Amino acid sequence: MVFAARIQFAFTVMFHYLFPILTMGLGFFIALMSTLHLTTGDRRWDEAARFWARIFAIGFVVGVVTGIPLEFEFGSNWAAFSAYGGSLFGQLLPMEGVYAFFLESGFLGLFLFGRGRVGKWLHWAAGLGVGVGSLLSGYFITAANAWMQHPVGYRLDAHGQPQLVSFWAVLFNPFAGWQYAHVVNGALLAGAFVMAAIAAFYLLSRRHQEFAQNTLRLAVVAGCILSLTQLFPTGDLEGRHVAGWQPAKLAAMEGLYQTRAGAPLAVMGMPNSRNQTLLDPVYVPRILSFLAYGSFRAQVVGLAAYPRDLWPPVALTYYAYHIMVGLGTIFVVIMLAGAFLLWRRRLYRSRWFLWVLMLALPFPFIANEAGWMATEVGRQPWLVYGLLRTAQGVSPNVAAGETIFTLLGFMGIYAVLALLYLFLTARVIGAGPESGTHGGAAGGDEASHAAAIGEKSA
Amino acid sequence: MNQLWFWWLAGMFAVYALLDGYDLGVGAIYLWLPREGDSRGFALAAIGPVWNGNEVWLIAAGGLLVVSFPRVYALGFSGFYLALMLVLWFLILRGVAIEFRGQLAQPLWSDFWDAGFGVASLALALLLGVALGNLVRGLPIAGGSFQGSFALLLNPYALLVGLLSLALLAWHGANYLRFKTDPPLQTRAREYSRRLYLATLFLAVVVTIYTYIAGYIGDFGSHPLFWIFPLVTLAGLALAAAAGRRRDLAAFYASMLVIAGLLGSAAATVFPNLLRSTLGSGDSLTIYNAASSPLALKAAFIANAIGLLAVIAYTYYIHRIFRGKVQTPGYHV
Ligand code: HDD
Ligand code: HEM
Ligand code: HEM
Repeated sequence: MVFAARIQFAFTVMFHYLFPILTMGLGFFIALMSTLHLTTGDRRWDEAARFWARIFAIGFVVGVVTGIPLEFEFGSNWAAFSAYGGSLFGQLLPMEGVYAFFLESGFLGLFLFGRGRVGKWLHWAAGLGVGVGSLLSGYFITAANAWMQHPVGYRLDAHGQPQLVSFWAVLFNPFAGWQYAHVVNGALLAGAFVMAAIAAFYLLSRRHQEFAQNTLRLAVVAGCILSLTQLFPTGDLEGRHVAGWQPAKLAAMEGLYQTRAGAPLAVMGMPNSRNQTLLDPVYVPRILSFLAYGSFRAQVVGLAAYPRDLWPPVALTYYAYHIMVGLGTIFVVIMLAGAFLLWRRRLYRSRWFLWVLMLALPFPFIANEAGWMATEVGRQPWLVYGLLRTAQGVSPNVAAGETIFTLLGFMGIYAVLALLYLFLTARVIGAGPESGTHGGAAGGDEASHAAAIGEKSA
Repeated sequence: MNQLWFWWLAGMFAVYALLDGYDLGVGAIYLWLPREGDSRGFALAAIGPVWNGNEVWLIAAGGLLVVSFPRVYALGFSGFYLALMLVLWFLILRGVAIEFRGQLAQPLWSDFWDAGFGVASLALALLLGVALGNLVRGLPIAGGSFQGSFALLLNPYALLVGLLSLALLAWHGANYLRFKTDPPLQTRAREYSRRLYLATLFLAVVVTIYTYIAGYIGDFGSHPLFWIFPLVTLAGLALAAAAGRRRDLAAFYASMLVIAGLLGSAAATVFPNLLRSTLGSGDSLTIYNAASSPLALKAAFIANAIGLLAVIAYTYYIHRIFRGKVQTPGYHV
């Protein structure tokens, strides 16, 4: 029963998360482009913003429809957990709706259909509202997750139930701070890679050259900064939180079985829990101690110090974490190379490099998902760290068969959604930035947008 | 505080029904709209920019339920597991249908999504009513867990409430199209509005009598204030009759009143229970035994009430920007 519920939750949340990555990332860049358009008066930014808004809109739909099940899955799959912690982590769920989703969905309508009905400043503000809304929704849900990683703001009553003592502590959970920065940074980085990949595709196929060059420049500059801030400070500081509050997770992420002072950082290797060793390791001496605790001598506690039933699944946590970090390092290399080529004015002509950018498209998504895998699997066996075990949180009255049945249903539906999404997005990319609206007759000019929901003379 | 929360949640679901109700209703009559003059395109254009914002009321209401009455949320959604999943899948289908239909100008494509939109909206309008019917009727709850089966949820009373909800929301949707569109769609919507009004009236009377005879009325009689809700319903029904065939906006306000009145009455019959047990009142989840701590309730109240005021302000503003009749069919981004 627990297993089925976990698989279902993991599948639906991982699928959902693919889309917020895209919309949080692109939402930021769209708002940036609209701002550039307003301040410089350069219409190319406007055209670019509209193109990315079309890509954004398709992803947004899928993000919305796959997010709604999650909101209710806390109740359906984790009834005991919801009853236990609802008044704490639950503080953040309605706020996400009230402060973020209304903003996003309301202003997206205005942004897409309001052109020509509202002034340009208001239209710009609507775009900003969408961007801010998506970033805020990321905060609230990350803070809800942070409460499970590092519960705060509560005291246990006589029945062992946690009761809220500080709303502010829950809202501004210290764990959430760097976690959120790292999550958003990861989404923006993915946004930069998406822009770069599509621009590279246009350059390689010699279409929309001007648009592609502008976009690529923006993407490489932003990507260069973001790929660095992904490692430092955000990743590094989040790692320190883990080291401080979830040492068993840290040990699993690093594949460290024996407690050591001056622990090395494992760059590669295969964890083997039976012998409690890392096979074929490649180590960098003492770095782990330094990264985790700021001193080359610090002692890092290994898994062997914990009873076996408090170990997270080591292999999954370890590999997920290493995939994320490995990809993160590669992203830095790619983006630095891009910046170098941009500086030497060779970027738009280096076809091999454009190929690299184009093919890199899926990897930031993989890195983001792998990061969550490490975070969530490494939290096991706890559902609420140190308080409630995952096995205690599951719904007592939902049969495994029901969950498996609906899991298959979700898989089927989401497979179709994924295909539709790819098909429709590929069409928008194929149509290109200059095509304006599509599907409609007029295509291309502002008038057709304005007419889409025309107003009768009042 | 607990009572306040009860009525706040009831209010959230009511606003959801008022707003998403009209776009669900448009969907419920959608498959019967004529193809000439691209009526379907106009109908979709009328709800296009606002439906998603309307649906967020449901999400926000769900979130508020988690924080205020976590045990109700937990028991309700795990108890209704399969029914909930069905609702979720219809919500997915509906959202995708509205947004994807206009992406491709291809008759097969739009026919497919038209069917999806229509079927999902019909099913949702029905299922939401079935859920409400079961809340009013009570559920077999003992020792904090749900003892019934999926089939039990489909009892005659709940199905009847489901039909009422379908007729009511379809009527509401037709009223929405009446003032958002021009003939020929408007003419058709007026015709449907008249028939659906009669269906709603009939079903509302039947459900009321059933509720009364079966004894699901609860504490209704003991709170004089509760009589406001039936009065609001009656006012709505009367206004609808007065609005007749011409006054389209008045008809829309009328269906709003009826929805608010009926939902208020339903809430009043269960108050102060949230999940009423049919196996003995000691097993019911009430606003007292299922609530979060006073501090949690207070914090969530303040944190969300402020935000909701802002939401109401800009939702109103956005509806104003899109006021007036739709002039171009279709809904493409
Ligand atoms: C583009 C995506 C991406 C990249 C390149 C990286 N990360 Fe990451 N990482 C995430 C995307 C991500 C994430 C998806 O955003 C996670 C999952 C949950 C979270 O809080 O952030 C995450 C989690 C996460 C955690 C686990 C936190 C926890 O368990 O609570 C740590 C310690 C790091 N990251 C550190 C790093 C370091 C040192 C990186 C340097 C190479 C790095 N990340 C690259
Ligand atoms: C289990 C956790 C999650 C739940 C319950 C959840 C819930 C939801 C819901 C209900 C929606 C639809 C909102 C609407 O109708 O407008 C949604 C969309 C969204 N969610 Fe999630 N979500 C979860 C995980 C995440 C995470 C981890 C992030 C980001 C860090 C995120 C970011 C977003 C964003 C930005 C949207 C807007 C739609 C989009 O951009 O695709 N969500 N989510
Ligand atoms: C979008 C990014 C996320 C991804 C990819 C993700 C992934 C996962 C995975 C893989 C599991 C299964 C772990 C296991 O059973 O070994 C899981 C469990 C879970 N996650 Fe997340 N998660 C995400 C965000 C969130 C957020 C934001 C929340 C809470 C607000 C959350 C709440 C939970 C819960 C309640 C469980 C089930 C209990 C458990 O297995 O510990 N997740 N998640």
